[in-house]
Amino acid sequence: MNLTDLNKLINSELTTKIKNTNIDNNELAIDVKVENLYQVILFLKTDEKCKFKQLIDIAAADYPDEEYRFEVCYLFLSHENNLRIKIIINFNLDEKIPSITKLYPSANWMEREVFDMYGIKFKNHPDLRRILTDYGFDGHPLRKDFPLTGFNEVRYSEKDKKVIYEKVKLEQDYRKFDFDSPWEGTKYIDEIKNKGKQDG
Amino acid sequence: MAKEKKTMNLNFGPQHPAAHGVLRLILELDGELVEKVDPHIGLLHRGTEKLIEHKTYAQALPYFDRLDYVAPMNQEHAFALATEKLLDVQIPIRAQYLRVIFCEIGRILSHLLNITTQALDVGALTPSLWGFEERETLMTFYERASGSRLHANYFRTGGVHQDVPNNLLVDIGKFCETFPKIIDDLENLLTDNRIFKQRNVQIGIVTKEEAIAHSFSGVMLRGSGVAWDLRKSQPYECYKDLDFKVPVGKNGDCYDRYLCRVEEMRESVKIIKQCLKKIPTGPIKTVDGKISPPTRDQLKESMEALIHHFKLFTEGYRVPEGKVYTAVEAPKGEFGVYLISDGSSKPYRCKIRAPGFSHLQAMDYLLKGHMLADVPAVLGSLDIVFGEVDR
Repeated sequence: MNLTDLNKLINSELTTKIKNTNIDNNELAIDVKVENLYQVILFLKTDEKCKFKQLIDIAAADYPDEEYRFEVCYLFLSHENNLRIKIIINFNLDEKIPSITKLYPSANWMEREVFDMYGIKFKNHPDLRRILTDYGFDGHPLRKDFPLTGFNEVRYSEKDKKVIYEKVKLEQDYRKFDFDSPWEGTKYIDEIKNKGKQDG
Repeated sequence: MAKEKKTMNLNFGPQHPAAHGVLRLILELDGELVEKVDPHIGLLHRGTEKLIEHKTYAQALPYFDRLDYVAPMNQEHAFALATEKLLDVQIPIRAQYLRVIFCEIGRILSHLLNITTQALDVGALTPSLWGFEERETLMTFYERASGSRLHANYFRTGGVHQDVPNNLLVDIGKFCETFPKIIDDLENLLTDNRIFKQRNVQIGIVTKEEAIAHSFSGVMLRGSGVAWDLRKSQPYECYKDLDFKVPVGKNGDCYDRYLCRVEEMRESVKIIKQCLKKIPTGPIKTVDGKISPPTRDQLKESMEALIHHFKLFTEGYRVPEGKVYTAVEAPKGEFGVYLISDGSSKPYRCKIRAPGFSHLQAMDYLLKGHMLADVPAVLGSLDIVFGEVDR
């Protein structure tokens, strides 16, 4: 089975449950609605032909200006078919995502990480705590509106004989240069490249 | 009358020599038996993914050295492959071979550290003294190629930064001749060692199905009998032209994982030897001036080179929009980069998939019912480095 076969199979078996599929850069991505997520993943795991038995990672991304702010991408691997697949959901903060810890035990920490970094909540997760950030940390650092420097800094206070938290004080503002070129650049380079490909 | 069961909580780490870094384990013990393990990680969290979002692609690369800092170049490789996939560039053959040589050196570096510290955890001091001497030699190779022993920053999108200096490949070849003897010596110390076997055989057993379900990869998966190696199954660079075997374990215990690592080192030596024989001369990075910066000589003469140089080191190269996932077989398992580009010169999102993260997660499953003394042995065989777990 190759990617196009898999794409066909999924399109025929899950027609009603998926939004659309595409193959970009030789990778199959499937857009799914949040309410169908669990069913789709259950199918991918248990189906005789798919056998996506390993969850590789759960990656979230934040798009503050879009209709659906958050995107979560589930990456699966099938050892038997030597295939990978991406399941993508888009949603807003008020929605709760079904946890897949029952299907994949390794999803536990991955979902905890997504919760920690983005504040996305998972339904039926056995233990949704922060994982990477400090004890008592506030905020979700990978959101685009979280500043790179953070809000608090930590140091050892000689006076109090303990580690203390203080507001971040920058001697100099964080410098963000706008290097983006306003010019489009020339098109001929692409033409030369593409020509080389056709010839070669 | 049944006695009320009383468990004791034990705090292990975060500063503990057997924790391999900053790991805090909350152990629930029933006598000496482990009932539950709750690892607290994140004490080495540096926000790598957030930092990468604020850097250009070229500036983001050095962060990958700092993830799994015992095999830096393997990580760089995953990121370089991800950007190359989006940019759709082919890298020159010589660059591919150089990358493979240094990735295999990285594998030996990592396995040497793991095997010897695993032995240290169960009470054998000598292997680490012997192994670290070899690591020193290997890091000298890193230094001669990149100028730095640890944080190499050697790979670039489209190739490697510079060609290797004279004689480096010859010296690596000489190392390949002498190193198998060192592996034999290490094996003499450990493989049939009664204490080492008592501490590792039948400890931390993982079945095939459980290994897959817990997202294990690399040696953790192969030790349980799954013949899966990305270098074979989804070959990248020139791995498909190289002849090597994938060692697979049988029982999935700590001892099998140790044996797999030893064999993998031997295979790595074989791969390096083949690469040295096959490596052609030629360019070491793509000649596309929009991606790789011009040489110093060109800067002095060519206006276009000067402009390119300026643009590449301020704005950086733009990467076409897209979402890609690329993975490499790092020494510890599948190291992946999920890269989202919005078409600008900075990554929109870069999710790093570290193998150690899933492995450490399985601590609770692995240690349930084991003795307290097995905790360091299992932890040692997981091959955990906190740079990559905490990111």
